[in-house]
Amino acid sequence: MSKYITAYYSDEEDLLKGIGQIKADGLKIMDVLTPFPVHGLDKALSIPRSRLTRVAFWGGAVGATLGFGFQAWVFTIDYPLNIGGKPFFAVPSFMPVAFELTVLFSAFAMVIAFFLSNKLGPGAKPVIHDERATDDRFLVVVEVEENSPEERISQIEQALAKAGAEGITLKA
Amino acid sequence: MYTSPLREPLIRGNKNYKQVTDDILSPMAGKPSKYWYLGIILAGIAALFGGWATFRTVFYGIGEWGLNKTIGWGWGITNFVWWVGIGHAGTFISAILLLFRQKWRTSINRSAEAMTLIAVMCAGFFPLIHMGRLLLGFYIFPYPNTRALWVNFNSPLLWDVFAISTYFAVSLVFWYVGLIPDIGTVRDRAKTKIRKAIYGFLSFGWTGSAKHWSRHETISLILAGLAAPLVLSVHTIVSFDFATSVIPGWHTTIFPPYFVSGAIFSGFAMVLTLMIVTRKALNLEEYITINHIESMNKIIILTGSIVGIAYLTEFFIAWYSGVEFETYAFFNRAFGPYAWAYWIMMTCNVITPQLFWFRKLRRNVMFTFVISIFVNIGMWFERFVIVVTSLHRDFLPSSWTMYKPTLVEVGLYVGTLGLFFTLFLLFIRVFPVIAVAEVKGVLKSSGENQKLTGHE
Repeated sequence: MSKYITAYYSDEEDLLKGIGQIKADGLKIMDVLTPFPVHGLDKALSIPRSRLTRVAFWGGAVGATLGFGFQAWVFTIDYPLNIGGKPFFAVPSFMPVAFELTVLFSAFAMVIAFFLSNKLGPGAKPVIHDERATDDRFLVVVEVEENSPEERISQIEQALAKAGAEGITLKA
Repeated sequence: MYTSPLREPLIRGNKNYKQVTDDILSPMAGKPSKYWYLGIILAGIAALFGGWATFRTVFYGIGEWGLNKTIGWGWGITNFVWWVGIGHAGTFISAILLLFRQKWRTSINRSAEAMTLIAVMCAGFFPLIHMGRLLLGFYIFPYPNTRALWVNFNSPLLWDVFAISTYFAVSLVFWYVGLIPDIGTVRDRAKTKIRKAIYGFLSFGWTGSAKHWSRHETISLILAGLAAPLVLSVHTIVSFDFATSVIPGWHTTIFPPYFVSGAIFSGFAMVLTLMIVTRKALNLEEYITINHIESMNKIIILTGSIVGIAYLTEFFIAWYSGVEFETYAFFNRAFGPYAWAYWIMMTCNVITPQLFWFRKLRRNVMFTFVISIFVNIGMWFERFVIVVTSLHRDFLPSSWTMYKPTLVEVGLYVGTLGLFFTLFLLFIRVFPVIAVAEVKGVLKSSGENQKLTGHE
């Protein structure tokens, strides 16, 4: 178990300034919780670009191949069906289903990857640092060791206060 | 960031983040108003009527409907296309307007998407029940079976199966992913233990971590990019049901774009109908402002005009083609026994929405409400006209006939309306009707207080 020190801001611009200050002081920010996506936060925390776009691409590629390949296999190899003398390998008429499956696989692969990478899902038990973090508070969370000395904690708290935090709490 | 001083704010009143949360979530707390009860009772009665009609159809078969040998598609398909079309506005607002960076979508996208999901459910009901043998409904999916048969991948009806089910699944995921942060907000404000547990479960453990938000932004954009062509494909494929046949009046290449714009047209009309009532009933007039209504009215004029041009083009081509059967089909539509339906369609879809060229009328809430109902009616008649008038004059004059719906068919339609409003009324009690986090995201750049101080 470790302890968390949280500092809150009530405006996203103060938050961004505060983060710069906190980082300059050499503190390691564990997490920043905001009620809505704050622009510029990715950069301030150096969060890399998400790779979920690649999952979407590969999901779509699998869907397209499967959708087109399956229809082609059914109508040319498994059970060729003469429908009004039309060609068995009818590429244009395989397009709609292939397209729909591309979208379906791409969307689902990406969303499933999103939940897995964030460890979100039904029954997930998150640590709620401040119930107003989803309302109007912008939270900076700093993790400290369970047995950290008092001085270390008060040192961090001072650094956070210097960075313009409007309130600081320590949670075991 | 430069913001035009002429552009009016998207959110009225001097709101801060807390007030936004309070305003939007307050309708979920406490007891529902008596109007809500009245609404759900009326909708419930309509749904029961539909339940009775469903029972008759399943128990006695399709013979309960007014269809005959010549007119094999009637109200069932009309309602199916009408409901799918209505669904299109939700995806248009949440996906296409997101890609176009239209900030005004944030106030209406959540409920429009919910409307999409409910409308697609109502739509899906009609083909299912039209099969007659509901228990064999799974035959429409390709699965390995002892008959060693697959489905016919050359049939637009099968494309519909894939299009509608993909559309429903992707819309559901898109809606829910957007909803998760707001469910987190509801969970954190919940007073009772039960509410906390339920919303805690539904929130999937959302905390608003910066990394999660970053990924959330990415997938929202990609999902919008996927949903945009998807929504265009769905009504395109629905139009193929008609366009790939050889019935005069159906066999036209203009159908896909004409159906898609008609779908967005009718969908926006339904969004307006719902939003005008919702904003009043839930006191959300500061979020869904007159500017939002005006923006939607502009889309109504645009899509309504496209639909109007399509009607005229069809008529022109029918004459210009020199094909006498084609010419007859269209002449019969406008002046034959179903002319009344045709002229209702023309009036409601082409003529009345043009009044929105006047700014005063576009910004009049009552007037907009009336026109939105007109468009809903007009677009229903459009599908009725396409389906029935094209069929009722068969290739052999001896099979020419007329079609009248039975009470059971009326019951099925009224029943889906009941289901639609029941589910929508439940939705506004259970989930935030406006995307709270998204509104907060645009508050600084488009809120009223920021405009006054000239902040950024």
